[in-house]
Amino acid sequence: MQLCVALVRIHFQTPAIPMTDLPDHMSPTRSFQGLILALHNYWADKGCAVLQPYDMEVGAGTFHPATTLRALGPKPWKAAYVQPSRRPSDGRYGENPNRLQHYYQYQVILKPNPSNLQELYLGSLKAIGLDPLLHDVRFVEDDWESPTLGAWGLGWECWCDGMEVSQFTYFQQVCGIECSPVAGELTYGLERLAMYVQGVDNVYDLNFNGREGEEKISYGDVFLQAEQEYSRHNFEFADTAMLHRHFIDAEKECLALLAAGAPGEKANQMLHKCVFPAYDQCIKASHVFNLLDARGVISVTERQSYILRVRTLAKACGEAFLLTDAGGANVGKQAA
Amino acid sequence: MPDLLLELRSEEIPARMQRKAAGDLKKLVTDALVEAGLTYEGAREYWTPRRLTLDIRGLNARSADQREEVKGPSTKAPEQAVAGFLRKAGLTDVSEAQVVSDPKKGDFYVAVISKPGRPAEEIIADVMPGIIRNFAWPKSMRWGAASMPKGSSYGGIEGKGSESLRWVRPLQSIVCVFGPEHEETQVIPFEIDGIVASNVTYGHRFHAPDAITVRRFEDYVASLEKAKVMLDAERRKDVILHDARDLAFANGLDMVEDEGLLEEVSGLVEWPHVLMGAFEEDYLQIPAEIIRLTIKTNQKCFVTRPQGAEEGLSNRFILVSNIEAKDGGKEIIHGNGKVVRARLSDAKHFWTRDQGNLPDLQELTASAEKFGLDLKKPLDQRMAKLDALNVTFHAKLGTQGERVARIRALARALAPIVGADAALVDRAVVLAKADLRTEAVGEFPELQGLMGRRYATLQGEDASVAAAIEDHWKPNGPSDRLPEDKVGLTVALADKLDTLTGFWAIDEKPTGSKDPYALRRAALGVVRMILEKNIRLRLASVARDADLLSFFHDRLKVYLRDQGARHDIIDAVLTPDADDLLMVARRAEALTAFITSEDGKNLLAGTKRATQLLAAEEKKGTVVADGVSGELLKLDAEKALWAAITAASSEASDAIAKEDFRSAMEALSKLRVPVDTFFEDVLVNDEDAAIRANRLALLKAIREATATVADFSKISG
Repeated sequence: MQLCVALVRIHFQTPAIPMTDLPDHMSPTRSFQGLILALHNYWADKGCAVLQPYDMEVGAGTFHPATTLRALGPKPWKAAYVQPSRRPSDGRYGENPNRLQHYYQYQVILKPNPSNLQELYLGSLKAIGLDPLLHDVRFVEDDWESPTLGAWGLGWECWCDGMEVSQFTYFQQVCGIECSPVAGELTYGLERLAMYVQGVDNVYDLNFNGREGEEKISYGDVFLQAEQEYSRHNFEFADTAMLHRHFIDAEKECLALLAAGAPGEKANQMLHKCVFPAYDQCIKASHVFNLLDARGVISVTERQSYILRVRTLAKACGEAFLLTDAGGANVGKQAA
Repeated sequence: MPDLLLELRSEEIPARMQRKAAGDLKKLVTDALVEAGLTYEGAREYWTPRRLTLDIRGLNARSADQREEVKGPSTKAPEQAVAGFLRKAGLTDVSEAQVVSDPKKGDFYVAVISKPGRPAEEIIADVMPGIIRNFAWPKSMRWGAASMPKGSSYGGIEGKGSESLRWVRPLQSIVCVFGPEHEETQVIPFEIDGIVASNVTYGHRFHAPDAITVRRFEDYVASLEKAKVMLDAERRKDVILHDARDLAFANGLDMVEDEGLLEEVSGLVEWPHVLMGAFEEDYLQIPAEIIRLTIKTNQKCFVTRPQGAEEGLSNRFILVSNIEAKDGGKEIIHGNGKVVRARLSDAKHFWTRDQGNLPDLQELTASAEKFGLDLKKPLDQRMAKLDALNVTFHAKLGTQGERVARIRALARALAPIVGADAALVDRAVVLAKADLRTEAVGEFPELQGLMGRRYATLQGEDASVAAAIEDHWKPNGPSDRLPEDKVGLTVALADKLDTLTGFWAIDEKPTGSKDPYALRRAALGVVRMILEKNIRLRLASVARDADLLSFFHDRLKVYLRDQGARHDIIDAVLTPDADDLLMVARRAEALTAFITSEDGKNLLAGTKRATQLLAAEEKKGTVVADGVSGELLKLDAEKALWAAITAASSEASDAIAKEDFRSAMEALSKLRVPVDTFFEDVLVNDEDAAIRANRLALLKAIREATATVADFSKISG
């Protein structure tokens, strides 16, 4: 609560910290981590709480509770973080130069969205070395929808020279609940952006740490073996019977936790007491579903029903979140 | 006469919505102004990705004064009635009303209400917020602090919750200036959700980010042009098209033109700049359709082919950027080339993977057996997978596997009727839907069929089988081509008939404009194949539902009418149980030729006369003999007619049995002279009741004879 209030007072006018003093190996155009640091710097300067990745397997940065849950309710919120994202069926055994089953998204959420969000976004591109008078930056229609999260919004794919480098969404609904206020969400595909600014054609050739020669660590050094192993796991080895059980367990546990934490009758029991842990189980179910899908054991009809089951969990979590302090249940009430 | 300039500037509007939105805006604004009593000389709408603009010329400076008379009650009416009248007329005292005398009604009150005209500025300020607030976008959204819950505020902006302004993307500014042609204009400063209309706009996002003050349309367009915004979409399209053609030509290429893509691209840029990129020639081994779709759908770029070539592609593509880059576009070309290469690398990945083995083949053996598939072949594996996954076709119509099994049985029955090789038909059916499981079709659903054909050819299927896989989706609409050969025709017929009988069985028929499963198109496809490929199919043998048959009849009528047939002639030959559509069409053809000949016209007239006479007598209850009796025939003319009817009927029936409609018509045409003579020489209503009844029976015989060919009563003229 205290944190929120402090966040919203920060103004946008503060000039960005000049990046010119950085050593070369820290430059966003020279290293993968330099790119992340530049974005952290930029959005920290714009008043965002710079968070760390969520410690669970998710399909996209949107699943981080700092986005999904915090997009709900009336309280203003600003956060930025890197989120490792897993898309099991995008595995290519490390053989495709552009596709990964595990990659990084940089996620920014501003609630309510400031009226100059497009300018702020373009500012972030400049901050990582993309000059809009040299590169063709475009906002191309892309209506975003997450059937599993019961969420949708309108916005764009942001193109840089024909490449989709970010998604830009004004959330209209999350967990089946109308957003009020609307949050603006920015999602940067970090590997793609890094490949672009480093001028590299193969993701595994990305310079991770900005050093050269013996000192250099490439993206391939960090992730190639993992991509190969996870592709085998996702497509061939994962135990589907076990995954089915895990899905059912997560589903049960999510609903059980929501029931256990549900508000009571008395005045001091008006808030929900167990939303974040329940939401973790929703995330888990979603990831297990993605794994089952990659293994090709889900038929089209079943697919719909799985999606619906995860959405039911997400909606229940969203509704419960509105009954918590962070969800705005105490807004307008006198502080106890 | 003053002009009005209106600009609604927003964040990027989806390309596909811009043209219609601008048109809608023009209609809404001009309608509202006219409704409020203003007139205008002309209005034109413009749009770019970031603005909708309206230029209205020659508006009145104010609306005309209006005078309205409200009739009231008699001066003797009770007080209550007078009070009601005053309320209605908006008067405070009865002395404000006039008294009018009427010779019949006596004296009564009249209120004269004069509404003075209003200044146009006031009217515009009045109507605009409602138009903007209620504007119908295909999809709209809320945004920013105004979307905070009611009763709260953020950054000084009051929350309006679900009532906050909706627009396609956040609306950022409004220009609304009004004024006479050669004098100063003024801002009409209406306000909506904190946005106040002004005379300030902005140019190109990157080239000219500074504010521009505008006075009227002329300097607005000129300022925008200077600020690298080409306001007129048609001009942007023109520039793109011509620059792209020139650039292709200069490189020895032709641009593959695409109006839909051109329209879309013109809605993605305010300042079009055409450039050319390239990819490795190696990728040209991927089918051209995939390359074109990849580059068009994902990258919004045009493909090219060597100058003068009919098909095939070159490795150059044309892109349209939104800036004049400082380096002449080098970076942009480089970047776009990279993305196109990555996309093509993905497409190549699909293309090669689809030709390889699927994992877990042992789990597909049951499905393979069911359809006689060879699991050594990639496309067979995909079909087995489609069946094994129980992919739903429709909740009430079962899985894709069950569907293919049904089509297979139907195709087996249809093959001899169409005259197709049964073994080839069977092979084509079991592979027809296999490409739904290929990655290429997963990525580009519009390539279904086409990819199946490619993969079938690659795995060595008979050319006829491969063609049938593509062609069984055809014809896809009234102008699409039909399947190439009989195998394709058989599978296409079976596929469409299965769809139609299935959706009829679960009662999901098209209603009004709703036809989500494109059943009209499927039925029209069946009609076209039957008629254009001369297929003798008794539809009742496959589609037993009478309602479905009448649906086919409707499609047949539409089709024949499009071919120029007269609808009365179609009605005359189409009986409710007619299920051999080819024969219906042939009959209609023969009848059309006959009925326009001299003999035909006269016979028609004679038959009509006989039918009308008969009907009149039947109505009166006059006795009509059961059959014609030779003994009761008294006059030569009636004897001759009866002989002619007997001969013509048997000749016509024989001809019809041989489906020789022309001869049947010729046989009937021999009735013309005897019928004419009969009506000249014979009085039907003879005094002798038996003779009369017999003559009426003779008339009936004329009707019956012609009915072997058509129902003449339905033919007009």
